[in-house]
Amino acid sequence: MLTAARSTPAPPKNGTARLSVISPGPLTTVQDQGRTGYAHLGVSPSGAADRASFALANRLVGNFPGTPALECTFGGLSIRLDAARVVALTGAPVPALVNGRPVADPTRFRLTAGDVLSLGRPNVGLRTYLAISGGLLVEPVLGGAGHDVLAGHGPHPLRAGDEFAIGAANPCPQVPVELAISRLPQATTIVRFRWGPRHELFDRSDRQRLTTTRWRVSADSNRVGVRLQGDPLQIGKIHLASEGMVRGAIQVPPSGEPIVFLADHPVTGGYPVIGAVVERDLDLVAQAPPGIGLRFQPISSGGRTMKLASRQRITTKS
Amino acid sequence: MLQRIPAPTTARLLRAGDRGWLVELPSGGATSIAAAVHDQPWAAQVAEVVPAAKTVLVTAIDCAWTDALGSALVSLLEEALDRPGPGRRPRTIEIPVHYGGPDLTEVADALGLGVADVTREHAAAEHVVGFFGFAPGFAYIDGCPDVLALPRRTSPRTRIEAGYVAIAGNQTVVYPGGTPGGWHLIGHTEQRLWNPDNNPPNRLEVGDRVAFRVVTTC
Repeated sequence: MLTAARSTPAPPKNGTARLSVISPGPLTTVQDQGRTGYAHLGVSPSGAADRASFALANRLVGNFPGTPALECTFGGLSIRLDAARVVALTGAPVPALVNGRPVADPTRFRLTAGDVLSLGRPNVGLRTYLAISGGLLVEPVLGGAGHDVLAGHGPHPLRAGDEFAIGAANPCPQVPVELAISRLPQATTIVRFRWGPRHELFDRSDRQRLTTTRWRVSADSNRVGVRLQGDPLQIGKIHLASEGMVRGAIQVPPSGEPIVFLADHPVTGGYPVIGAVVERDLDLVAQAPPGIGLRFQPISSGGRTMKLASRQRITTKS
Repeated sequence: MLQRIPAPTTARLLRAGDRGWLVELPSGGATSIAAAVHDQPWAAQVAEVVPAAKTVLVTAIDCAWTDALGSALVSLLEEALDRPGPGRRPRTIEIPVHYGGPDLTEVADALGLGVADVTREHAAAEHVVGFFGFAPGFAYIDGCPDVLALPRRTSPRTRIEAGYVAIAGNQTVVYPGGTPGGWHLIGHTEQRLWNPDNNPPNRLEVGDRVAFRVVTTC
């Protein structure tokens, strides 16, 4: 949406290795670790939706943490490299074909110059990360190279014919690929969360309903948030001034069906947030395809109420 | 069913996820608390500070810092609430406006005012940047007088270019560009208040006073 903020893929110079997009699949974007420090200006941190799988992909090919890689939603990506590179696929497992022949273990393998890599569809999970040794060379916007689907920042989602320059290959670390496992959601996934900041606005039965309902992931979900369907909470419309939202926030709109905010969430919102998914389990939520079941499990606050300040002017809740 | 929430009588620190605290303030001051956080020796452990109308969201760069951040915020609040300091001296940003937006006549009719009255009231009011939200560079500017208060348009426009000055309720926005929008477009400025290629990308900061100056009227 914000065309001024968009950067295009760095045009490959002569002699630079490049990646050409043959087919992007339903949605493939460039992602990194995100932009930090601009939320007060309305800029969401964004970055990879499943951060653990993204980090693992880079580690497998010897890239620095946070090196731009591809986040492929629902598979279907097809690319060509014009230089030899080791690549890694993490997150949602997909069949991988090189020049039409299946790759035995697609976690990490080598492509030679001119090879065409095509990804199939995932049966489990939603987002597959493709890291290339040397990484994608992308001009950052506000310190981040990723595409934010809400704000429109960063390189536009991949289109057939796009070309990306790729950096010089790194030596690959000896990470045993059998230990490189991505966490993926099961038929019903248990997701841990913390209450707050606005759980006090919900009555007992709504709080109970949140944790006892088997919520179903709606098809109307994206990198902004995962919409859930199920027995709705009864809180209705609440008058609350807009306030800052965290990644993982479980926001309850007047419909009573919660939304879990993902990487590209709006930085402020006016609907009450009953809790926030713990960061480790948020990667699982980001991998939850439509139709899958989610159950919320509160983590105990462990008596971590903070001490009251002098004259009890400040109370804390945790 | 619209529930009204009683205004908090004390400042509170509410947990917001693994790394965050939502500071709820009984009587304003979000801007000065946000500015004070940036001045602390522990500011390097802070990832984001998001001031809003009645709250400030503060997140740590790492989960391991969350508890320490909470304690530090308690100390900071005690001091700030006991001895309200001067905080950051608010700046006044002047924005020249060509009043004559596509909705100006409609707005005047809906309010039972003349176009010149709308222009005068808007330019004369004391506007203050409340907070940023919705989209990058989208600053909610408070202070639009009651005589100009209108609900948003029933049907939002799908895309509004940078520089349009618009009103809704008691707020004004200068559109950062490229977003959809349901506010009433009453004018336009040539000044760019948001440019992600600039450092910093924003010309307005939370707490700034904004003086809209009439360049032309229609």
